Amino acid sequence: MTSDDPRPPPRRSFFGALGPNELKGLFWQVLVVGIVVAVVVFLWSNTVTNLSARRITTGFAFLGREASMPIADSLLAYSPRDSYLWAFVVGVANTLRVAVIGIVLATILGTLIGISRLSANWLLSRLAAVYVETLRDIPLLLQLLFWYVLMQGLPAARAAWRPVEGVFLSNRGLILPAIPIGAAQLWVLGTAVLGFVAFLVVRRWLVTQQMRDGKPRPAWPFALGLIVVLPLAVSLLLGVSWTIEWPQLRGFNFVGGLTLAPEYFALLVALVTYTSAFIAEIVRSGIQSVPRGQWDAASALGLRRSFMLRQIILPQALRVIVPPMTSQYLNLTKNSSLAVAIGYQDVVSVANTTLNQTGQAIEVISLIMAVFLTISLGISFFMNWYNARIALAER
Amino acid sequence: MTAITDMPDLPRAARRPQIGNPVLRWLRTNLFSSIPNGILTIVLLAVLAKGVIGFVQWGIANAVWLTPANDSSACKAVRGLGACWAIIPEKYRFILFGTYPFDEQWRPALAVLLFIALYFLSTRRALWRRELAFLWIGALALISVLMWGGVFGLSFVSQDRWGGLPVTLILATFGLAFGFPLGILVALGRRSKLPAIRSLSVLYVELIRGVPLVSLLFMASVMFPLFMPSGFNIDKLLRAQIAIILFAGAYLAEVIRGGLQAVPRGQYEAADALGLSYWRKHRLVVLPQAIRHVIPPLVNTFIAFFKDTSLVLIIGIFDLLTTAKTAIIDPAWQQFSVEVYIFVAAIYFVFCFAMSRYSRSLEARGR
Repeated sequence: MTSDDPRPPPRRSFFGALGPNELKGLFWQVLVVGIVVAVVVFLWSNTVTNLSARRITTGFAFLGREASMPIADSLLAYSPRDSYLWAFVVGVANTLRVAVIGIVLATILGTLIGISRLSANWLLSRLAAVYVETLRDIPLLLQLLFWYVLMQGLPAARAAWRPVEGVFLSNRGLILPAIPIGAAQLWVLGTAVLGFVAFLVVRRWLVTQQMRDGKPRPAWPFALGLIVVLPLAVSLLLGVSWTIEWPQLRGFNFVGGLTLAPEYFALLVALVTYTSAFIAEIVRSGIQSVPRGQWDAASALGLRRSFMLRQIILPQALRVIVPPMTSQYLNLTKNSSLAVAIGYQDVVSVANTTLNQTGQAIEVISLIMAVFLTISLGISFFMNWYNARIALAER
Repeated sequence: MTAITDMPDLPRAARRPQIGNPVLRWLRTNLFSSIPNGILTIVLLAVLAKGVIGFVQWGIANAVWLTPANDSSACKAVRGLGACWAIIPEKYRFILFGTYPFDEQWRPALAVLLFIALYFLSTRRALWRRELAFLWIGALALISVLMWGGVFGLSFVSQDRWGGLPVTLILATFGLAFGFPLGILVALGRRSKLPAIRSLSVLYVELIRGVPLVSLLFMASVMFPLFMPSGFNIDKLLRAQIAIILFAGAYLAEVIRGGLQAVPRGQYEAADALGLSYWRKHRLVVLPQAIRHVIPPLVNTFIAFFKDTSLVLIIGIFDLLTTAKTAIIDPAWQQFSVEVYIFVAAIYFVFCFAMSRYSRSLEARGR
């Protein structure tokens, strides 16, 4: 826009220079912001009046006080003498325990069912369809109550149902054999994790080498060495024992092993089965979105089925699958808050008790929001990173 | 991962010669196309048969269908072996209508029928006209009269005695009826060129979608009284309804935003060229196209939302699920909650499944 135009621009008044559209825009913005500010001020002043009338002091000082609420089933050590802050942290850990394990299990189950729906076996695909339709159309809370009632209806510990040796299902929950993890075992597991990271670095280097001279270099010996042999050697050197602890019935309860409390188990089952129905549909649509020509071309090249699926079909399907999968993971995490209905103490349940005991509504609700926003952002961040990695590189 | 290796639409399966008995041929292609597939079929059939036989034994053969009023001894006799369906005739009025006065329960029943008739009429495309909106307003007014009473010789029933299916339908219907226009406004706000309006809309959507509905409901039940001037108190049901509307608005806004993005730029430009104002442009040109694009995801949001109204159980509002849960507190019938949950699940299923079928048929027509 060079000014070759000989005429000077017409002089306008200050507001006229904005033009009618800008003026209108300004008007609308001032109006909407004004309304929002007025509502917020109104609510805020009411809240301040109400809080002082009820003698509730604002601020987060209450977090240091003794919580004196029982938390039956917790991942972290907790006693009712601990502070509200620690109770809150325990609640967050409980939420994460359900969310992380739930996401992993729901992904596996959902993928299996999504693939089953595409099976050539009519019976299998019908059964998968019935599973998906039924679970999707019944409220999760209802399913959760249903599973919880079923758990409570199980026989007492003495008459526990044992599907496999060492596994007990009773009204005390699901009891599994476990390997006790102490400091020594943690060292070995830490080595395995480090080995895995090292393997990723090595594999990347191998790929760059192959890109340069075209010679394929197998990565599996490194995987074996770094992830299996190295931790094994450390384990043998340190003399770490890996004995399995079998649960045993003593008196009226079980000793040893890993106990999944009925509340936790019911919540996990409900979340996993419900979310898996949605994931199954995502996986199915993802696989169906891969054009048939890709299958044909891969068959024409004479590729093995497993190779074809891994290297050709799945990478393309994943591009369709990953974004909706992210929202399912977020849903599962948010839905874990239904735990409050069956008395599993996740972060929302702990916060609700805190709220009833202290009356610090605003602080507690903002803490819940902060926790969920952090978790959601974390999941979105990871999934976006993953999505960017697998996205189609278009030129 | 093996099941996928023989997908039905692979060319090889289609070119198999079409000879022999059609039934056998169908069995061959669909159930026994290969040895692993045959084994899978047999295993599945065995599992299915076991499940079906088990359910028939529990749910039909050994079940108790009717008992004398308030007597659960026959049910207790078959506990563990058979279902106690007798609890349904015993409790169905409480499950469906809660503590609504017993003699007046024809009123909520009629309200439910009106709701269903409204939903049914709204699915007919030929009726998508202005008159339908008036019909909705009229019917909703009639439903309020039926539920509250106090006029036309109907006795007054206060809101805290409402319960069951009508409450679920009210929460869902009003949630959508108000959430939908709110969602449209927010979606437009999010695409607006005005920075203040855009950021307010983004803030609203992200804050609501970032937290679980449960915490919004807690907020409505616990914090709302703090927000209001002292002495001003509104009903718990209305407070939950407001939370649900805000929640629905945020989710619907995102669906509608998707639709707005799918409208080609040329449509906006053409509307501008005609000199239409912002609101006329959106009302006459953009929104009708945008909403048509997203009808299937809209119906899916409706389904999710209908199910989510059951969460009001957590703050003690007597919707269908809460009445079901309350019905089985009765010590005589306590052990038969599974049967009640199955009954309520069937009601939810019928509504949601009908919506999902409808969404499927719309999608098929749109193609």
